Amino acid sequence: MDIRKLLAAAAAPFLMLSLLTGCTAAETADEPEEEEESEAQTLTIADPDYYSRFKGQGLSINVYNWGEYISDGADDGTLDVNGEFEKLTGIKVNYTNYATNEELYAKLKGGAASYDVVIPSDYMISKMIKEGLVQPIDFDNIPNFGYIMEDFRNLAYDPDNAYSVPYTWGTVGIIYDSTVIDIPEEDIDWDILWNEDYADEILMFDNPRDAFAIAELICGYSLNTEDSSELEQAAFRLRQQKRIVQGYVMDEVFDKMGGGDALIAPYYAGDALTILEDNDALSFVVPKSGTNRFIDAMCIPSSSRQKEAAEMYINFMCEPDIAFANIDYICYSTPHSAAFEMLDEETQNSPVSYPDSEFVRDKTTVFVNLSDEANQKMQDLWTEMKSAEDENSNKWLAPVFLVFCILLMIFVLIRRHIKNKKDIF
Amino acid sequence: MKKLGKIYLALVLLFLYVPIFVLIVFSFNETKSRSVFSGFTLDWYVRLFHNRIIISSLVNTIIIAVSASVISTVLGTLAAIGINGMRKLPKAVIMNVTNIPIINPEIVTGVSLMLLFVFFAARMNLEFGFVTLLIAHITFDVPYVILNVMPKFNQMDPHIYEAAQDLGCSPLSAFRKVVLPEIMPGVVSGFLMSFTYSLDDFVVSYFTSGSTSQTLPITIYSMTRRKVSPEINALSTIIFIVVIIVLVVKNAIEKRAAVKSGQVKEG
Amino acid sequence: MKLKYLSSPYLVWMVVFILVPLLMIAYFAFTTDSGSLTIKYLSDVGQYANIFVRSIWLALIATVICLIIAYPVAFILSRMDKHRQGTMLMIVMLPMWMNFLLRTYAWMTLLANNGIINHLLALAGLGPVKLINTSGAVVLGMVYNYLPFMILPLYSVMEKIDGSLFEAASDLGCSSSQTLFRVIIPLSMPGITSGVTMVFVPAISTFIISRMLGGGSNLLIGDLIEMQFLGNSYNPHLGAAISLVLMVIILVIMTVMNQFDPDDQVLM
Repeated sequence: MDIRKLLAAAAAPFLMLSLLTGCTAAETADEPEEEEESEAQTLTIADPDYYSRFKGQGLSINVYNWGEYISDGADDGTLDVNGEFEKLTGIKVNYTNYATNEELYAKLKGGAASYDVVIPSDYMISKMIKEGLVQPIDFDNIPNFGYIMEDFRNLAYDPDNAYSVPYTWGTVGIIYDSTVIDIPEEDIDWDILWNEDYADEILMFDNPRDAFAIAELICGYSLNTEDSSELEQAAFRLRQQKRIVQGYVMDEVFDKMGGGDALIAPYYAGDALTILEDNDALSFVVPKSGTNRFIDAMCIPSSSRQKEAAEMYINFMCEPDIAFANIDYICYSTPHSAAFEMLDEETQNSPVSYPDSEFVRDKTTVFVNLSDEANQKMQDLWTEMKSAEDENSNKWLAPVFLVFCILLMIFVLIRRHIKNKKDIF
Repeated sequence: MKKLGKIYLALVLLFLYVPIFVLIVFSFNETKSRSVFSGFTLDWYVRLFHNRIIISSLVNTIIIAVSASVISTVLGTLAAIGINGMRKLPKAVIMNVTNIPIINPEIVTGVSLMLLFVFFAARMNLEFGFVTLLIAHITFDVPYVILNVMPKFNQMDPHIYEAAQDLGCSPLSAFRKVVLPEIMPGVVSGFLMSFTYSLDDFVVSYFTSGSTSQTLPITIYSMTRRKVSPEINALSTIIFIVVIIVLVVKNAIEKRAAVKSGQVKEG
Repeated sequence: MKLKYLSSPYLVWMVVFILVPLLMIAYFAFTTDSGSLTIKYLSDVGQYANIFVRSIWLALIATVICLIIAYPVAFILSRMDKHRQGTMLMIVMLPMWMNFLLRTYAWMTLLANNGIINHLLALAGLGPVKLINTSGAVVLGMVYNYLPFMILPLYSVMEKIDGSLFEAASDLGCSSSQTLFRVIIPLSMPGITSGVTMVFVPAISTFIISRMLGGGSNLLIGDLIEMQFLGNSYNPHLGAAISLVLMVIILVIMTVMNQFDPDDQVLM
């Protein structure tokens, strides 16, 4: 304990200073920001009155979104969407990120935090609807819902379209380094992720649903299978793959693939396009054999305390200019008709972002929520796979060492005991 | 032999410092590459100060650290005074419980508080955020205050408090004039220590924070999980420089104090 | 004035926020969602025995390496001129004041497949070596982060050892290795025991280091717990059961470590 004391006593003063420098830094930072904002693009908002309702009330909303899933003004010339919303409405946005649907679910299910807007994917939306974690949206407050294409309304995960407003959609494909992997694009299929030649150069999804989907595609099962033997078989494939997987990642993929740390990774099309912009060596392909198609939609959790402000935020996200700024920045496919029109022709015809409807119909599957048992089964298999020992590590080493330690402890204790007895005499 | 020792020490220092220096060097890198240095720029520092999330989490961290350490100093000092006056058994029991947050792995402390808050959240109108963070921070801060203050009582002559009262002091002024000066160094170091821990804590905050009031370590964590920008290197550099300045200043002050009091003091 | 009562606010705090939360862990570990008693989750922990073994194993290795590295450092420091000791100690401890996420992140960039170490190796004509996402990287991260926790207690004990003891030992015919084993080590035992606990406990329960340097395929107990509460497999009951087992393991280890400690310090 005294160590910590020492450490802290020594550390304390420096932190005070960091506090001071921090504050001055914050102050100086404010000034140039204003200049920048004035020169940022001018927004056209259809109905400014709608947005000024809550001005001056000091409201704030908590938005919980995927990482790298909004235009945040980080790159020059891009729009800071949250900042614009705050300026327009006077509602403060507390913006935080999650990496997987399951993380979002854990946060909401635990009742730990209250959020006003979340953006889960299809299967998670229906799970949340079923468990009462999200509440119906008042669509009268979201006039911009009219921009959402017909194809993206009343989908299976939310048949009456009462709970969700689609934000983006996309497919899953494979990012690979085409300078090293000399295979014609059309020949690349999911089994490349199991190719021993690329051992330790492969990244894999760090969430059960997406990872299982790939194994299920390989095995030729439905992506929504609930059959426990099929799930086990998929898990077996994942365990086989573990040996050659460099790491299980989510948004870390941006760095690892962008920086050339790995050769192959499956990921969402939109993010893949963003990564491709930074690294010319990379290519992206959606295997012809089929893939998962996802739709991410904005929902309002039941625990929301600012439902109207949340609806205002959702409506704002559907403003054509904003929807376009987001889609332009994150490269996902949009369900927003006006934003789609604003895209350049090349993107509109891109087979990656907007594959032809035939492929979408025949070769892509949207996840549906599995039964509780199947979910649990997948969860267990996933943890088991992740925790499995590497095959090439020495299995006997650890237990032998533990036994040795225990024997040593017993020896020491006995010796001590004998010594204590001796001391009495 | 002496030379060997010096070489060894140098190697260990190299091990400790090289990663940090690499971070610092790449904060000036023109591109986002983390392995090839292509040119000098201060861009990342400019961006860092424009990053609203980092700045607001820094402010949150400071607010929480200050309030948690002030509250726990008051709570802990009062507790130490009280515990000191207790008999042996209750004292031992309380001290053992007080040690729990220090000994327990941080993750268990975090999880246990999270479960408690979830339990309350379901029954009361409690929302994860500033309040839960503050409670969690106070909980792991108070033990450090108590552990810093308690030894001062052991060094103090227990009779001087009574003596002061015998000489006509009211209990309160006896406490203020006699006891407080004696334990003050412990109170101050307890305060500084809990302040440090609050500033630096990640694990407990990770489990007890909600949708608002993110602290700086949590923001750093989420930065490392996304597309990493050299802003994080710039942040490291600034923290490192501040650390050096403060430690040097602290050393200088201590040296001067030592010279003033006329004794050769270590460090 | 009864001074005793001054502690009552803290006592209430202690009960509500230290004891009750621990009871909550026990409560969650032994009940199901519907509130009925069960030992299902506790027995489920058995499935993850390999994670426990791996965590204990990696934490042990890290602790031993820390001890081996830190012992000479502490000794050299403690034998320096008094006025240089303080400065030197400050230099050794300085990296500690960086947030540990940043320190771990630094290693992430160093060890990456395309990182600096591999770049240097390539310059030397050596092929790329897989450094990150291995259990070795996890141990390295633990050693790097917790080394100061070992140096400081060792130093604070050794600093108090009178140098003339070593002369006395050699005058009495001790070889330098005998001096080490008969004089220095026994006298620094309290430092060793507290250093070992200070390194072992955080090392066994970390989830950041294994997450950042282990690539998600070297799960430790900490990862497992985190996964049950905020991660990919939401199950707070199982998480609570694992936490409970972790606490028991640490309690056992602390008790054993106390046996080595010559003074009967109250650690728990």
